[in-house]
Amino acid sequence: MRVALFITCVNDTLFPGTGKAVVSLLRRLGCEVDFPAAQTCCGQMHVNTGYRDEGVRLARRFTEVFAGYEAVVAPSGSCAAMVREQYPKLVRQGSRGAAAIAEVAPKVYELSEFLLDVLKVDDVGAYFPHRVTYHPTCHSLRGLHLGDRPTRLLQNVRGLELVPLPAAEECCGFGGTFSVKNPAVSAAMGADKARSVLDTGAEVLCAADNSCLMHIGGTLSRQRTGVRVMHLAEILASTEEGGAQ
Amino acid sequence: MSATFLGMPGNFPQNAAEAVQNSQLRYNLRKATHTIRGKRANVVGELPDWQELRAAGKAIKDDTLRHLDRYLLQLEEAVTRAGGHVHWARDADEANRIVTRLVQATGESEVVKVKSMATQEIGLNEALAAHGITAYETDLAELIVQLGDDFPSHILVPAIHRNRAEIREIFLDKMRPVPADLTDEPRALAEAARLHLRERFLKSKVAVSGANFMIAETGTLVVLESEGNGRMCLTLPETLISVVGIEKLLPSWRDLEVFLQLLPRSSTGERMNPYTSMWTGSAEGQDFHLVLLDNGRTNVLADEVGRQALRCIRCSACLNVCPVYERAGGHAYGSVYPGPIGAILTPQLRGMSSDLDASLPYASSLCGACYEVCPVAIDIPEVLVDLRAKVRHAPAERVGMRVAGWILNDEVRLAKAQRLATRFRKVVPKRLPGPLSAWTDTRDLPEIPEESFRDWWERNERA
Repeated sequence: MRVALFITCVNDTLFPGTGKAVVSLLRRLGCEVDFPAAQTCCGQMHVNTGYRDEGVRLARRFTEVFAGYEAVVAPSGSCAAMVREQYPKLVRQGSRGAAAIAEVAPKVYELSEFLLDVLKVDDVGAYFPHRVTYHPTCHSLRGLHLGDRPTRLLQNVRGLELVPLPAAEECCGFGGTFSVKNPAVSAAMGADKARSVLDTGAEVLCAADNSCLMHIGGTLSRQRTGVRVMHLAEILASTEEGGAQ
Repeated sequence: MSATFLGMPGNFPQNAAEAVQNSQLRYNLRKATHTIRGKRANVVGELPDWQELRAAGKAIKDDTLRHLDRYLLQLEEAVTRAGGHVHWARDADEANRIVTRLVQATGESEVVKVKSMATQEIGLNEALAAHGITAYETDLAELIVQLGDDFPSHILVPAIHRNRAEIREIFLDKMRPVPADLTDEPRALAEAARLHLRERFLKSKVAVSGANFMIAETGTLVVLESEGNGRMCLTLPETLISVVGIEKLLPSWRDLEVFLQLLPRSSTGERMNPYTSMWTGSAEGQDFHLVLLDNGRTNVLADEVGRQALRCIRCSACLNVCPVYERAGGHAYGSVYPGPIGAILTPQLRGMSSDLDASLPYASSLCGACYEVCPVAIDIPEVLVDLRAKVRHAPAERVGMRVAGWILNDEVRLAKAQRLATRFRKVVPKRLPGPLSAWTDTRDLPEIPEESFRDWWERNERA
């Protein structure tokens, strides 16, 4: 199966390791991976901060770049939710833009959705001998309704001990530009999330969004906790032969 | 919304930054919101048709709002037929003038009040005081707020920011009569308030209330409460004046079936609230006046996205699940409507010209917990994002976002920007300057990688 990778601007710029992990994982599962080079950003930051015109331009670009692909895989619940849930609200019903969105949006999958719903794989043959806790990010939980898909995948990783995160469904406080527009509340939420992570005794905090992990990880690092953060794709791509990505 | 509620000046981020430093407040709020949150989840969970009820609530309110003009006239006719008097108030000033005039006409200088958001919104107590009329709050929590010369910080639990030790202090200091040996046991506090209020109920000739619902078909008003103090106010005085927002309508009696399930379960986490009072016009010799309040609501109605905020039934479920409210507290919102619903209602009712009101649509991480629990399915994140597009942005931010938009709208420009960042990766300071210091004050930065994903792909994969 040929799939287009939508890397997302945050992963592209700051977390290329996640992109490489997705490529190796999907190839291992028999997919042909294409990276449309004209892709940039889904426009979420602009739309959610109140810059709709800029956001709409980026949304239009996205629908053009990814038109015609059978499946588009994004290692981000938040960006996938932007395309599927928010794009239709940006355009007038019945317009050309609306038709283009209706064509592309349903084919955009967050990684765990693609693995379980399209490839029908719940054991990706990964090996990761560590104690891991999983934070369901808000947009993957309440936007995409991923449910237990990510944890089902993690449970089937050899050597991995999955420990439940207390108050998992609570927002970590990242919220895009919220993290710098309301830094005090954002930091207070981050500190409470970090506390929950520490309570699990996990070595690694895993999530389906590097943006949230950047915030929680930045907090854990500032507090000198020693807990690492890792994107779901990086754990799933790890194998006994290859080691962790 | 013309009467301005000056709970706190400044803007939300500043107010919230101050509030999060108050560890007692954070403890009180966390304990209280998590308790109600849990109760709500239990009683909502036991209804297999909750999502259907929620959809019905939304549909009924949407129909009401679509034909509000018709239903309001129907209500006026029904109330008048039942011997009540209907007054129309365009804004807070007009509503306050009407109520003042009605109280003056009775010759009384004291009124007792049923807990009401609409009268808080218009600043009725202050307007009455300016004319020598004293308004006594009779809801226990509103009484605590009033005696403490304080502001409400929650829609359902106005004194949520106070713990029982603080309440005891306020009672001893301000309430008369008060038992000299008052302890901070909840039972003792409630008993002391009961003693104090009983005198007021028996003395007062005029009551002021709001209403949770108004039935257009019959002209019936409905008040849901827990203490019974509301019923005392509604039934004992000779004159009853109810100030109600025009969106509180329901078309027919049958519609109550849906809302009497949605509201108690969402707000107090009870299957049924202890007291439900309903009255139609002037009953048993009581003189009844209904003041229908617009105060910005028709402007909200004109907004295709924002109008869903008028479906709100003031249950405060969104406050109790909001991680931002839990840490910032209600006062930070500078409005009688705090929390997620306040963040979309206040800027629409008051406009966004003040620094405070313009900051409210940003008082959310868009986590979506509020939408999930809303009994009338108000998509609060959607309205927040829509309002953000209407706010006047700070010039520096606008420039920054435009530049970012320009870079992101071209893959070559993006690649160049990434390479620039990569080149300086080793000299990025641990603490960033300007507004970005807001990140590095509490969080470490991720390391900038040696190359972007797209450059890696270009180098390795593109063959």
